[in-house]
Amino acid sequence: MVEPLSPLAPVWKPGSHGNFVDGVGVVLSETRPGSIVEAAAWHGAEKKLMAAIRKATGLSLPDGAGAGAYADGRGAFGIAPGRFLLADQAEGLAERLSAAVAADTGTVTDLSHGRTAIRVAGPKAEWLLSKFFAIDFALPAFPVGSGLATVHHDIFAQIQRTGENAFDLYVFRSFARSFWTMLGHGAEEAGYEVR
Amino acid sequence: MLITCPYCGPRDLAEFTYQGDANRVRPDPASTDHEAWYDYVYQRANPVGDHKEYWQHSGGCRSHIVVVRNTMTHAVGSVGFAREHEERKSAARHKSGEKA
Repeated sequence: MVEPLSPLAPVWKPGSHGNFVDGVGVVLSETRPGSIVEAAAWHGAEKKLMAAIRKATGLSLPDGAGAGAYADGRGAFGIAPGRFLLADQAEGLAERLSAAVAADTGTVTDLSHGRTAIRVAGPKAEWLLSKFFAIDFALPAFPVGSGLATVHHDIFAQIQRTGENAFDLYVFRSFARSFWTMLGHGAEEAGYEVR
Repeated sequence: MLITCPYCGPRDLAEFTYQGDANRVRPDPASTDHEAWYDYVYQRANPVGDHKEYWQHSGGCRSHIVVVRNTMTHAVGSVGFAREHEERKSAARHKSGEKA
């Protein structure tokens, strides 16, 4: 498969930045998944699609809006009624999922080269995201594994909580460099590390 | 103003796009009734108070929704998926023997 190039390369500056005298509050990184895929069910075929996702990825999606699962570098979560975003560190998820999803169940779209996955982690991760999105990021409102679709001005972001203090953000590749730079500016006052 | 998306929950107005009056009824596409088309395209009730309108959660799940909004206070009375609203509307039309 073609090696995906990171759009962040020209602005990628590993190390600590901003006000990190008292340690860093946020760790920014790029997770570079081998596969990013969107799966959409036809009206009424949501359960069948969730079963196919379980078959192809081993992830059991709970019922409910935005519900999701994350394990071993593999994540899936609801972004809209009957639509899911899936990511896997391994390549080839789109092919595996296409094989598992029947034509009358839904569709599978490979977005591996179209999205950039950014991880925001650390004790100030919730605080940083709250600066950008009008969303309740507190753990009870946004539990581990669940996800949502939102927007920062015109930059769409699909966000999954992958840990108590970790969030994976999927943004359009063409906006990723600008968005990454903005995250850095937002995190400056808390001190951040790029790794 | 917050709109409670039936999928995403309460979200800021900035995530939504207004899609117009949800009270108008589109005439049969084959209809040549100019008055019916004129009403559909141009005539709006412009009420003070509750107003049923289409919105899209364009900055979120991208669902089309039907919102009852008070035009005086911006209080949002009810929100539902537009699809369900359309299904109810066409079922009602079907029942009354009207052409969809």
